[in-house]
Amino acid sequence: MSAPALMAQAVEVHFPGERGRTARAVDAVTLSVLPGQVVALVGESGCGKSTLARVLLGLQPTSGGEVLVGGQPLPTSRAGLKAYRRRAQLILQDPMGSLNPRQTVYEAVAEGVRIHRIGDEERRVAEALARVGLRPPERFFARYPHELSGGQRQRVVIAGALVLEPEILVADEPVSSLDASVRGEILALLLRLRAELGLTLLVVTHDLGLAWNIADRIAVMYLGRIIEEGPTEQVLADPQHPYTRALLSVVPEVARLEPIVLAGEPPDPASVPPGCRFHPRCPLLAAGLPDEVATRCRTVALPVLPAQAGHRAACHALDPTMGP
Amino acid sequence: MRPGTRYALRSVASGLGTLLFVVIFNFFLFRMLPGDPIGLYTRGRNVPPEQIEALRAELDRPLVEQFLGYLANPFSSTINSARFNQPVWTLIGERVGATLLLVGTAIVLASIVGTWLGIRSAWQRGQRFDNVSTGLTLTLYSMPEFWLGMILLIVFGVGVGFLPGMFPIGGIITPGVDPSSLAGILDIAWHMVLPVTTLTAVYLAEYALVMRASLLDEMGQDYLVVARAKGLMDKVVRRRHAVPNAMLPTITLIFMNLGFVISGAITVETVFSWPGLGLLSYDALRGPDIALLQAIFLLFSIGVILANVAADLVYAVLDPRVRA
Repeated sequence: MSAPALMAQAVEVHFPGERGRTARAVDAVTLSVLPGQVVALVGESGCGKSTLARVLLGLQPTSGGEVLVGGQPLPTSRAGLKAYRRRAQLILQDPMGSLNPRQTVYEAVAEGVRIHRIGDEERRVAEALARVGLRPPERFFARYPHELSGGQRQRVVIAGALVLEPEILVADEPVSSLDASVRGEILALLLRLRAELGLTLLVVTHDLGLAWNIADRIAVMYLGRIIEEGPTEQVLADPQHPYTRALLSVVPEVARLEPIVLAGEPPDPASVPPGCRFHPRCPLLAAGLPDEVATRCRTVALPVLPAQAGHRAACHALDPTMGP
Repeated sequence: MRPGTRYALRSVASGLGTLLFVVIFNFFLFRMLPGDPIGLYTRGRNVPPEQIEALRAELDRPLVEQFLGYLANPFSSTINSARFNQPVWTLIGERVGATLLLVGTAIVLASIVGTWLGIRSAWQRGQRFDNVSTGLTLTLYSMPEFWLGMILLIVFGVGVGFLPGMFPIGGIITPGVDPSSLAGILDIAWHMVLPVTTLTAVYLAEYALVMRASLLDEMGQDYLVVARAKGLMDKVVRRRHAVPNAMLPTITLIFMNLGFVISGAITVETVFSWPGLGLLSYDALRGPDIALLQAIFLLFSIGVILANVAADLVYAVLDPRVRA
């Protein structure tokens, strides 16, 4: 097995909060993406998935742990980081916000070429635009973002990333601000690019349905920690963790489950519960577990799941012998 | 017609519409002022009753007749000031230079210093520079300009305690000095220090606060993250993307305030006996000198309208979204 294109090893990100309360946005996460693989990082808003994505791109400093790129630690020097950013690109949710409103399409796409002084600017910009389906590219050069449709804007954003010929693409909710009809087109585009260019893709999303459509593997994140990880079909066909089940039960494409509505307060990264971090909202625990297991849920922390190791979930109810 | 041209024509047309309204309103406004201007100007002077009658006859003419006469040429050189017994536009011509010099200098200084303060405050939001700068500008912003002027005048003009009066207490030049000589220019600059400081202090707050707010707003934008992800350094991201876009409201503000260059600062000119249009308006208002007031107000309004049209046009040049 080749070295992962991108790997997070026990990564921690803490934010100082009010009155000395530290928010543990990312709390010991291990995750890896193999070259050419599509991994979906799934979780509700505030679970730390976007923070993790930024860590992987070197945009967010870590409080602990390590990021490996192709087996090498993420560079920390200015020059090293700049070189890395040519290899890994970011796509964000809102294409209107991702584009400088005063830049034309050409300027937006050419920016990366200029930053890295690659040269041959016009040909590269035209190629990137054509690749994302904006044809003929010259027709879009002088357009401004506000003159384009949402789907076209997101294509421009993707072209701006592709123009650098990256190996890795991190897409943070790439389609959630788009109309349903356009979403399919953009997803198909991402998959085509992966096939054509051998891109490694990490898709961050709150939408399990999207993950199903695009990903090889799924990692489910809850309150700063990955609680279930595995091949897409296995995770979706046979979800282990009660949180994954709850998420899956409300995906319209999976109408076979009774909707599970989670009780309790939304999680707060500034006060992570002891034991299993999901236990205050866990439907299994609420429905009643053997005393011994229930005690473990409330008191014994769960281990960090290893990366790319089949289908695993961190839950005391599944394996009463799990320890930290 | 190109959208840009259409936009430009629309703003010019709306400016002309406003101007027409002002020309008409301006006439009736001053006819509604209470008081007996003729009696006021002839009081204590040996004026033949026939002359008083002649002056009165002018004001007693039917309103419509007066209005049509005014409308035929609002800038006629035959309109005489009752107080100064000179054509009003000659009086204004003599004074306009002093005001342009004073207020123009203050606006240029205030916009440069204010914008700089705003940018630095936003970059260091919540830190000491920001706290001091924002506190100071808010204090200056809420200060009446004539009050600040009087304090400066007393402290630095007259002198307090051991502090001798350093600056002239009023006027634009020491009587008897030739304004075209080097000594004259330096003398004028010396006279400008206190009034320009007063006006700059009061004006800069607006620029600093608007610039700070709009840069903070801009700094949350996704396209800055995208630019960083493409490998642009933080500093360059701010300089190249955030600041130019955040400058838009400030630039509009500067252009709109240019309209007040002519109307200047009535109270500050009065405090410092600055022989500009502000002092002239103050004198005209005491009369009231209707013909003079009317001319001055017309000029002020034209200044504001022109500046607004200019702000519209500049904004359209700078921001492609406006042109659509």
